[in-house]
Amino acid sequence: MFQSRGSAGIVDKPFRQGRQEISLSSFAYLFSELVQYCQSRVSNISELERKLDEVGFGVGLRLLEVLCYRERGQRRETRLLDMLKFIHSTLWRYLFGRQARDLEQSNSAEDEYMISDTDLFVTKYVSVPREMGHLNPAAFVAGVVRGALDGAGFPARVTAHYVPVAGQPRPKTVILMKFSASVMQREQRMPGG
Amino acid sequence: MAAGSVLHMVIVGAEDVPLFEADLSSKSTDAGAREERPQYLYHFVLHAALDAVEEQEWHSNAMHLGVVDRFNNLQVSAFTTAAHVRFLLLHDGRSDDLVKSFFRDVYELYLRVMLNPFHTATTKIATPLFHQKVRQLARNYFR
Repeated sequence: MFQSRGSAGIVDKPFRQGRQEISLSSFAYLFSELVQYCQSRVSNISELERKLDEVGFGVGLRLLEVLCYRERGQRRETRLLDMLKFIHSTLWRYLFGRQARDLEQSNSAEDEYMISDTDLFVTKYVSVPREMGHLNPAAFVAGVVRGALDGAGFPARVTAHYVPVAGQPRPKTVILMKFSASVMQREQRMPGG
Repeated sequence: MAAGSVLHMVIVGAEDVPLFEADLSSKSTDAGAREERPQYLYHFVLHAALDAVEEQEWHSNAMHLGVVDRFNNLQVSAFTTAAHVRFLLLHDGRSDDLVKSFFRDVYELYLRVMLNPFHTATTKIATPLFHQKVRQLARNYFR
């Protein structure tokens, strides 16, 4: 184990806020290499989305812990709506510098919620060829959301979709979250739900 | 130093997998005494307390849950992180404030360890530095 000054190890690292911004080009480069790496190991689109989702999952889990520690004054979320608000504001602000555009509940199903946003820089330099159809590289962001939800005890199926918006040149990205039955049951049992 | 010498800590991760376990009492350096102490009883009590923790963690927004379970003269205090990783401490009547501060410091250590990208939700914490620091914290707070 390489240990430099005295006994500095993983538990001695400083935990301060640090610089929160990195250059877009370095992130875009890293992300493109990540997508290429995943692409070389899969045989179809849904597997590619799943691999990106898995990478995002680990990120989401860690962000949940760190953000609750730093920004939320060490309080956790126990209610579904509070958790969604956490993702919509705190998580989004950490990742993208602003709150997400919309948070809405689906009309057709009680257990589906959607967060929508436009121009996620994650997909800024990604162009999807026609033969890949409806692949959405924002599956990475969906994975981050899924990791945060799963870690907090709200398991859900999270997917990213492009939804065309009337009057705008680019479609908006919608992160669709479908919560499992156990979550909805627990929400109903809790007081004030 | 009127309180007794029971002090056993466990960190339980996802799916109730134990990630870390340590006997932090003052007599733990005595090699002979380890055999006599009821280690299995402590494991049993801590494991049974997990149910109580699970019940209580959905009723409060705070991370520190206080004393969640009792067994004879032993008490189990618990602390849940945002990702539902639980720190359990088996003791016999330590002050709740001390336990709270102890948990807070262990939480900061734990955060550094779990940020490791190779660490999954069920990886055991094997860094010797972590063990060392936890023991040191226990000595500072409980001795």
